[in-house]
Amino acid sequence: MKKETLLNVALMTLLLAVPIAAWIADEPFTITLATRVVVFAIAGVGLNFALGFGGLVSFGHAVFFGVGGYAMGILAYHAQTYTSLLEWPFVIEGTKSMPVIWLVAIIVSGLAALAIGTLSLRTTGVYFIMITLAFGQMFYYFAISWPAYGGEDGLSIYVRNGFPGLNTMDPIQFFAICYVLLLIILFGVHRAAHSSFGLMLRAARQNEERVQAIGHIPYRLYLTAFVISGAITGLSGALFADLNRFVSPTMLSWQTSGEIMIFVILGGVGRVFGPVAGAALFILLEHTLGGLSEFWQIYLGAILLGVVLFARGGLYGLLAGREVAHD
Amino acid sequence: MTDPILDVRGISKSFGGLRASNDISLDLRPGEIHALIGPNGAGKSTLIKQITGGLVPDSGSVHFDGQDVSRLSTAARARLGMGRTFQISSLAMDYTVLQNTVLGALGHRGDTFRFFNHVMTDADLVASAQSALRQVGLEEFYNLRTADLSHGQRRQLEVAVALTLEPKAFLMDEPMAGLGAEGSRRLVGFLDTLRQKTPILLVEHDMDAVFALADRISVLVYGEIIATGSAGEIRSNPMVRSAYLGEGDAA
Amino acid sequence: MSLILLAEQTLNGLQFGVMLFLMAAGLTLIFGVMGLINLAHGSLYMIGAFAAAATAAATGSFVLALGASLGAAAIAGVLIEVTIIRRLYDRDHLDQVLATFALILIFSEGTRWVFGSFPLFLDTPDYLSGTTSLPFGVQYSLYRLTLIFIGLLVAAGLFWMIAKTRIGIRIRAGENDREMIGALGVDISRLYTLVFALGAALAGLAGALIGAIQSVQVGMGEPVLILAFVVIVIGGIGSIKGALVGAILVGLTDTLGGFLLPRLFALFLDPSQATSVGSSLASMAIYILMAGVLLFRPKGLFGDA
Repeated sequence: MKKETLLNVALMTLLLAVPIAAWIADEPFTITLATRVVVFAIAGVGLNFALGFGGLVSFGHAVFFGVGGYAMGILAYHAQTYTSLLEWPFVIEGTKSMPVIWLVAIIVSGLAALAIGTLSLRTTGVYFIMITLAFGQMFYYFAISWPAYGGEDGLSIYVRNGFPGLNTMDPIQFFAICYVLLLIILFGVHRAAHSSFGLMLRAARQNEERVQAIGHIPYRLYLTAFVISGAITGLSGALFADLNRFVSPTMLSWQTSGEIMIFVILGGVGRVFGPVAGAALFILLEHTLGGLSEFWQIYLGAILLGVVLFARGGLYGLLAGREVAHD
Repeated sequence: MTDPILDVRGISKSFGGLRASNDISLDLRPGEIHALIGPNGAGKSTLIKQITGGLVPDSGSVHFDGQDVSRLSTAARARLGMGRTFQISSLAMDYTVLQNTVLGALGHRGDTFRFFNHVMTDADLVASAQSALRQVGLEEFYNLRTADLSHGQRRQLEVAVALTLEPKAFLMDEPMAGLGAEGSRRLVGFLDTLRQKTPILLVEHDMDAVFALADRISVLVYGEIIATGSAGEIRSNPMVRSAYLGEGDAA
Repeated sequence: MSLILLAEQTLNGLQFGVMLFLMAAGLTLIFGVMGLINLAHGSLYMIGAFAAAATAAATGSFVLALGASLGAAAIAGVLIEVTIIRRLYDRDHLDQVLATFALILIFSEGTRWVFGSFPLFLDTPDYLSGTTSLPFGVQYSLYRLTLIFIGLLVAAGLFWMIAKTRIGIRIRAGENDREMIGALGVDISRLYTLVFALGAALAGLAGALIGAIQSVQVGMGEPVLILAFVVIVIGGIGSIKGALVGAILVGLTDTLGGFLLPRLFALFLDPSQATSVGSSLASMAIYILMAGVLLFRPKGLFGDA
């Protein structure tokens, strides 16, 4: 078996084993930590689809994270206050059903990605990076100033949303829901990476001229990837908001965009399971270094710098070597 | 006399005060190799760009396979059957030889927006890719990373990828550049057999290859075609001799 | 709505704009000459502000504080350029973004470690406090007027430097063809370090000048950085002229938008609704402007077509 596949399996097994052990030992905090890893991993897998496969350096992915979070927050808020979201032209009630919320989060963040991508992908290189950052700020400031959903203070959802047949307040059950979602998404992304679309998209990242010479238009590939990417990250936002039972404009901030990038880089850009490793590393660092010092982000910065300068391939680059061509 | 597959009519292009292309007309007929030669700076790259779609001419038109393609993008012209190889190899460097070739075959088949198929085991695409690789002699190297190939092998790969597009005509921009004696010989042999299936507009500096292969030669100097004819006619044309070949010296 | 109030808000927009110009000019120069996108520019802004606040507290002199801001930012700039930034010139944009983002983390938390989490205060000097009378009965803050003046002076200085001096020629040449000027014998590393230090100094100056009217705190630089990016997108990368035009456009749009939009909505909505809708829209105004420019000129107003 290839080294990369071994690492994938080891990672996913560890990610399952640790919370199960914690459940047996009755340590809900560790289960919650593992759930955070899973949710951040999904966010990173989303970004990686556009960044790793498409070469699109989006420094505004927090938009989708936040949009997904607010989709959940707004729907659950209206459900818990027994008010309707919309009265005219037709009535939309709130809901606390996870599957419905996920669907809404995916669709709304996908649409946001379509809007932002359509505009931003007309540009290239540095412009694209700056524009995605700028649109991120736009959504952030808008969320702060729009008073209906808490503004700067955010929105609290008192009770975790419901999933048919499960007790979602139980940490291990909520973890299981998130873990299964991660598995499904990883499976889908893996298939997509090896598909016709994946081959063409990853070629565009390497050489746009080549893609044009065989008769295809990079813009369409990029936009499609960007929308899929936004939708996946949007789902993670809804899960994150559910985990914390809280959504706030911070989810839309540039710092959050930076963190999602860190998950991808630490694990290894372009590797399907990279963000899982990256999210795990990040949470580990946050937990251990954060326990040692209030200023742990200095060390995070130093580590990130080190990775960028000396270990560009991230954890996967170090442990599994250069990416092997898919057969 | 069959219609030309590629018909360039009166192409002109200026950059500020510099007239890079001055009323250029040429055509490419089925079954022929038409070579385009000229000194450095003559405007060959500019002309190629205007034919393949990367640059819009100030005036004139480009007709391909009976259609006016002057307004079409590079990608659109590629889909119509205009194949090209680049002067500087333009390949997906992280991909293997096979991946690049399958990419070409996929581009030709067109069903790009499929997300769940396993493209590298798609029988039709792989067969088309392997056939192209066999024709250029690269089939053993199918699993090598493109970045690890030698210069000559990348040239061969470029040609293979272009073949997967089953083009109606080829535009080759200095395919001999950087190849050694052996590599050039092989490529010349290959192009010789290729011309029957697909006519080639060959931009080249290598005079041995040009005189060995070309049915017709056009000479481009300072943005203008100063002569078009058979190898013999061109060799003895006094204007060409002074402008390009130099008094008494063949390249 | 009085015209005097409108005039005052317009001047505020202008002041905001020229301060943004100081940030954007440095960024666009650094990108134009070295091809580097620098997220740490906001940190240099912050360092300038902190240096000024600390110096003002220690010496009581605003002029010394400004000098300190220029010096500290320039030195910080040279330091990171020589150790880290120069390894990034040949890397792709993703690496540059990540590495400079890492620098933000280090600088921000480092500053918090040294100075604590509470904001510092930098007072406007006595001789610049209060208002001054302008034509048509407008009373305007003397300090803000000085900022406008300083900003325009810097702009003029930059234009002169680029157009008339040897450094300027090298900068313009470097923007066009990096390899070539190396071949012509210009010491590239020194040129790059100089350009980076210049950009850093401008950012530090902006930080100090603004720090006197807002507060000096960790994280103050990044919102300004992102605004400077908007300016550059609108103005076009590598163009100082574009940076000035873009900055003034952004400054005016933001300030006048925040002033006029709630009033506009008050014409047909009730007051509280008008304020909330108006200010929400105002907060998005400059991004809508940016989106608008992008639709018609993806390379900015003065960028290469």
